[in-house]
Amino acid sequence: MRRLLFLAPVVVFAGVVLAFAFGLRHDPSVLPSTLIGKPVPAFALPPVRPGDGGLASGQLTSGGGPRLLNAFASWCVSCRIEHPLLLALKAQGVPIDGLDWKDKAADGARYLVQQGDPYQRVGNDESGRVGIDLGVAGVPETFLVDGQGRVRYKQVGPITPDDWTRTIQPLMERLRRE
Amino acid sequence: MRRFLCALAGVVVAAGPACAVLPSEQLHDPKLEARARHIGDELRCVVCQNETIDQSDAPLAHDLRVILRQRLIAGDTDRQAIDYIVARYGHFVLLKPPFETQTLLLWLGPFLVLVVGAVGLGLMARSAARSDDQTAPLTPEEMALLRRRLEGEEGP
Repeated sequence: MRRLLFLAPVVVFAGVVLAFAFGLRHDPSVLPSTLIGKPVPAFALPPVRPGDGGLASGQLTSGGGPRLLNAFASWCVSCRIEHPLLLALKAQGVPIDGLDWKDKAADGARYLVQQGDPYQRVGNDESGRVGIDLGVAGVPETFLVDGQGRVRYKQVGPITPDDWTRTIQPLMERLRRE
Repeated sequence: MRRFLCALAGVVVAAGPACAVLPSEQLHDPKLEARARHIGDELRCVVCQNETIDQSDAPLAHDLRVILRQRLIAGDTDRQAIDYIVARYGHFVLLKPPFETQTLLLWLGPFLVLVVGAVGLGLMARSAARSDDQTAPLTPEEMALLRRRLEGEEGP
């Protein structure tokens, strides 16, 4: 027993290493979505782009392949960082819908004219209530919604090219085969 | 000067903890408002994560305070109103986590550490006692030598 006691500091050290290895990689500001595996909550939002149909939850659940639902706002700085990637994804044929969160429709529309428009459909959520139903804590946040309208993944913060190639794209391809 | 310091102390004491609940958000019914304050003090603002939604100036915290009051007016119990927010933002928003299977380690962890420590101490004490017992008694030769030394004689 006493002979094994010299191992105690080693065991404690290994425990500390494990705790830090987990703790330092884990970003506490990123909240896990409570919606994973669940259907998108029901909503119907007015348009951002003048004269188009807005965005309703029914359009996300009506079959078709997996798609991205990107929450953004004209006042959001990191959305501008993410925007070129969204435009590139649109060029690759990735279907993206937009949720203009806590923003005036006119401001959202101007943002899309100035920065380019990667969205198939865009809804204006001026009060932010639909965003709250989706568990949005800030923009940008992006949901990967499968063909049945269930949320399968949530990205908090701008999607980096790495996030796309390592996480979201493989997941999207798997969902497409499902 | 003294009067000024007294006044200053009075202001500091009277100010209490910061509260961001705006007059326009408050309910006319003082009972409901008190319930809303009580709940709002237990919910974490998801934007500035170490403030409650009552303390936070973030627009989202304002929205959540308003939603909370709407739920209470609609007749929700405190539990239902809290669950409404938890369903959207997860257990993380609870500053007082509930006692359930997911939080067992959180609540019982300190006691677990205490038990592990006590068991470790007990084992150490026992092995120390045992190693004392294992010391061989002096042989007759050693006893004789010791006696001679104690009586001041020269040893071999």
